[in-house]
Amino acid sequence: MADASTQDMLPIGDWVNEIIHFMLDHNAGAFDAIGNSIDWFANMVEFVLLGIPPLIMGGIFVAVGLWRLGWKFAVFVVAALGLIWATGFWSQTIATLALTLSATCVSLVLGVPVGIWCARNKIVNTVVRPVLDFMQTMPAFVYLIPAAMFFGLGRVPGILATVVFAVPPAVRLTNLGIRQVNKEQVEAGHAFGCTSWQLLFKVQLPIALPSIMAGVNQTIMMALSMVIIASMVGAGGLGNDVLASIQRLDVGLGFESGLAVVLLAIILDRITESFGASPSARSEQGS
Amino acid sequence: MKQSAKIVVKNLYKVFGGKSSEVMDMLRAGEKKDAIFQKTGSVVGVNDVSFSVQEGEIFVLMGLSGSGKSTLIRLINRLMDPTDGQIILDGKDITRLNHKQLVDLRRRDMSMVFQSFALMPHRSVLDNAAFGLEIAGVDRKTREARAMEVLEQVGLAQFSAKYPHQLSGGMQQRVGLVRALAVNPSLMLMDEAFSALDPLKRTEMQDILLQLQREHRRTIFFVSHDLEEALRIGTRIAIMEGGRLVQVGTPQEIIEKPADDYVRDFFKSVDTSRYLQAKDLIEAGLPVHASALGQHVPPSCSLPDVLQRLLGQTEPLQVRDANGECLGLITPSSVLTKISQHRLQTTASH
Repeated sequence: MADASTQDMLPIGDWVNEIIHFMLDHNAGAFDAIGNSIDWFANMVEFVLLGIPPLIMGGIFVAVGLWRLGWKFAVFVVAALGLIWATGFWSQTIATLALTLSATCVSLVLGVPVGIWCARNKIVNTVVRPVLDFMQTMPAFVYLIPAAMFFGLGRVPGILATVVFAVPPAVRLTNLGIRQVNKEQVEAGHAFGCTSWQLLFKVQLPIALPSIMAGVNQTIMMALSMVIIASMVGAGGLGNDVLASIQRLDVGLGFESGLAVVLLAIILDRITESFGASPSARSEQGS
Repeated sequence: MKQSAKIVVKNLYKVFGGKSSEVMDMLRAGEKKDAIFQKTGSVVGVNDVSFSVQEGEIFVLMGLSGSGKSTLIRLINRLMDPTDGQIILDGKDITRLNHKQLVDLRRRDMSMVFQSFALMPHRSVLDNAAFGLEIAGVDRKTREARAMEVLEQVGLAQFSAKYPHQLSGGMQQRVGLVRALAVNPSLMLMDEAFSALDPLKRTEMQDILLQLQREHRRTIFFVSHDLEEALRIGTRIAIMEGGRLVQVGTPQEIIEKPADDYVRDFFKSVDTSRYLQAKDLIEAGLPVHASALGQHVPPSCSLPDVLQRLLGQTEPLQVRDANGECLGLITPSSVLTKISQHRLQTTASH
């Protein structure tokens, strides 16, 4: 590939290689620090989740399902988790859940503030939009490899590659949610003497919450789909089984592990979706 | 009663779309709004507007959509910044305030009611009512007590724990009104506040507003496109067209002497004879002689009262001012002439 690009009129590939190598040579310390803190965080999340006995873990899911969506969904959760348990994928599923949650947390910590910034600043928005397009459509393998070069094989490059893929919906839907706040509601904030921060925390963010929660939901879904691919750099979890099934042409194993991914996805999707319900549904809860 | 000016607006301009200094030069050179738009692409929203609002009056700004009235009301609390001119509130020019002073001013002196209510859907009625006080940093107990007090005034106390979407439009706007009153502002801005309500609810809200004014007089700057509303609640009415003020005056002055056809058009569907007063009904030809005969009425006496007095008496009715000076005489024929003039105007323009 590098050979081909040397003959190009515009050797972007060479420049990227140069940049990557320069960064590897000169900023190793920074990458180590980032990598270590992410590794520590992901370890902690996994340690906690794996430390919870399966029955209690399952109980928590069923209870949340019952609280947010009612008994029908709770029955589904019982059946789904039972199936995962019975096919022997429990610990891998929890590992995948831990990876997904770690990546989601990092994505939201980065994505929501950037989304707010985009909503408030035209220039930032103009710059960020193509970057988001880039992050979402650039084939995952392309940045999976440099991530592994920077951080070594394992969970960290997997999580970071996942973050690249999962940040855009958090940014986009936070931005959209804030922009969709009714003009007169923003004016009301100003008219009663809100400072910039008060406007953000007392008017814009609360009103944008349903949209932001939709962003959280999308981020989780994106993260879940990406942590499977991230197993190629050794992220672990259900992705390992999916990868093994491809390598061994074991269709049955592939289906079982894939099914566990699907069931986990449905559970996470429905639960997080319920938190983004309209304010009327929320107030009914409250009153 | 001696009145002082609450707001004095002097030569106010608002230009949208950049090139404002260029546009200002063109405006001063006497160019028309349309020509400026053709040449620069900039829209002149408010064009050389001057007026004053007296302490304690309800000043109604009227105009069709696009006339600049929504822009003008937003210049007064600086939701929009004027391009040129002065807005003097309580003797201070507020166009020069910095951001911090502006925030203080909005918290202390003014509040606003919006056409779309603009309540916060995530807050209960009580929390919405207390919003302004919360922003100003008033502690929870004090602000909730104050909000509750105002909610009681408009009969919404029992809904304090509800959320806006659980209330009807009229009730939501009452919450909007409470939110604006809770901060106890000396100036209240109301932007088409009742326009989104059905006619019955609109009248009800106007009554509430007038009742609140009787209990505690505030200066109210009210934007409306509804003439009936303006005549009903307005102490004075200003009429705006294409960014300019066409006429400012009391409801009677505007009905009696509309400045141009644009103003006259507003009255098309309104029976203006209802708003006639004794001083408008004076017989032009009759010499004023201070005859002791017959009854007399004050100049502001309403048409129904004049008719009642006039019935069953042969002598003309005297119009006397507060000093007992006779201003003129009303005869049955002068009343008939005036009423038919107004009616004919109304039907002619249909």
